[in-house]
Amino acid sequence: MSNPTVPMRSRPIIGWGLHDGLVVARRNLIQTIRVPELLFFAIVQPVIFVLLFAFVFGGAIPIPGADPSAAPDASIYRQYLMPGIFGQTVAFASAASTVGLAEDMKRGIIDRFRSLPMASGGVLLGRTFADATRQILVLTVLSITGLLIGWRINDGILNAIYAYLLLLLFAYTVSWVGSWIGLYMPNPETAQTAGLVWLFPLTFLSNAFVPITAMPAWLQPIAQWNPISSLVLATRELFGNPTGIIGDAWPQQNPIAYTIISCGVLIAIFAPLAVRRYRRSTAR
Amino acid sequence: MSDIIVAEGLVKKYGDVVALDGLDLHVPEGTVYGLLGPNGAGKTTAVRILTTLLKPDAGTATVDGFNVVKQPNAVRRVIGLTGQYAAVDEYLTGRENLRMFGDLFHLAPAYVKERSQELLERFDLADAADRSLRTYSGGMRRRLDLAASLIAKPRILFLDEPTTGLDPRSRIGLWEVIKDLVADGTTVLLTTQYLDEADQLAEEIVVIDHGRVIAQGTSDALKDQVGGDRLEVVVHTGQSVDAAAAALRSLASGEVLADAEDHKVVAPVAGGSAVLVDAIRALDSAGVGVDDIALRRPTLDDVFLTLTGHAAEEDS
Repeated sequence: MSNPTVPMRSRPIIGWGLHDGLVVARRNLIQTIRVPELLFFAIVQPVIFVLLFAFVFGGAIPIPGADPSAAPDASIYRQYLMPGIFGQTVAFASAASTVGLAEDMKRGIIDRFRSLPMASGGVLLGRTFADATRQILVLTVLSITGLLIGWRINDGILNAIYAYLLLLLFAYTVSWVGSWIGLYMPNPETAQTAGLVWLFPLTFLSNAFVPITAMPAWLQPIAQWNPISSLVLATRELFGNPTGIIGDAWPQQNPIAYTIISCGVLIAIFAPLAVRRYRRSTAR
Repeated sequence: MSDIIVAEGLVKKYGDVVALDGLDLHVPEGTVYGLLGPNGAGKTTAVRILTTLLKPDAGTATVDGFNVVKQPNAVRRVIGLTGQYAAVDEYLTGRENLRMFGDLFHLAPAYVKERSQELLERFDLADAADRSLRTYSGGMRRRLDLAASLIAKPRILFLDEPTTGLDPRSRIGLWEVIKDLVADGTTVLLTTQYLDEADQLAEEIVVIDHGRVIAQGTSDALKDQVGGDRLEVVVHTGQSVDAAAAALRSLASGEVLADAEDHKVVAPVAGGSAVLVDAIRALDSAGVGVDDIALRRPTLDDVFLTLTGHAAEEDS
């Protein structure tokens, strides 16, 4: 087999797949620290969204079902908005996976990984894990921004932690979708566009920024079954923020369960697809 | 010696483009084997199949006895690959890169640490070991790339155009490193479009074009296929090239070419450097003043041109 003079590591308890995933995740997280520009813009973008929506659209979007006498409309909208921004932000985490993998392919580093006797899911496991982990920092900065403009956690710290975990699970899930797309990209420039293009309809056809009841009737079922809607609704409930009128569809009635099920199903579909594609990927 | 890499009838198509058209290779253990060909000849495709990155459409290949399609992980344990790019991480330090690849090779951590230091020193990267690769020059990146492919002491090393894009000084530096490796007994399969590189490094050369082998042998054997040595004489300005050609005719083994415009006479000769002395005497007694006289071996460029009808570095 291998060179007999080279001592090998014994199989770790966590297994080779997870071991390799952590090695690659470590590499991707070191990148994050050494290229602060990248992280900076990943944070600035959602902060700009918060400010735009809060101050430009804020007063114009009424939240049905909220008690109009409780506080001025704009403040209610800010309470309503923040979970929407959280949901949109973690969804956009997938674009980082798309671009990151396209870059690794272009640089030939995927070729090198594939020529090593490592687990074939290791690179993607590391990529998705690192991209989701990075969201911890993004969500922290975003939460502070929210607190400064009047958003509040109203339902206890435990529920809040639950909400953040749900957001991270979602970030991890969409990273697999983004990875799968990234492995089809001919270059990082195309990946930049392709990684984002599907996210706009996905995030806007949801309750992230406007109540579903304000949409045309034919769009409402789509928005109600959109996993982003259930994620955002679940976090609104867990943070104790206004939810607007909750629809009759099952995902709206059971947002936490539907979010977790959606994530499970999406990972079950896209993780094997991405690994399969990875096994055939080479630099072009 | 047994063949450590064997490829038989490899075919790979990309749509209508045939990258490999029945390629056969037999690489003896412990040699530097040069795969030479122009852009698009199929060199990289061949390396990708042999390193398990790509599946062939037809044909079989074994590396160290393992089938590249059926036993890819066994193959990966005995090979190292350095591709056309420096496939190392831009943001990690040199040492972090080596550690990552060593960890992913599932080597013992203590060994990875020790081996990394050894490689960094050997490749003259010890001072830069803890700096991010963004501060590295092109040559340093390539050396680190090579170090990364050597972390597990592979028995077979694939070098796919290892010096493409490097300045001449870095190229020569990398050649020295590769020569050292071979002295250690590593089998090297080298692809290149630089003929001087194959000439410098490879003992056995396979010339491929359009996905198949068109010639094979040592550098010298290939050159003999084109013809022996040539005597080149540049005469003084204003003197007759025809007189020089006439003086050399008795020494030549073939037709003597006189180029009046460049004041140059080229004569195919046999008999090595003794001819040079005879030629100078003959020119002197004919009263021809000489600016330059040289005995030139045909280059691999000559070989390539003769074999394929086009030069190596132009696109096919």
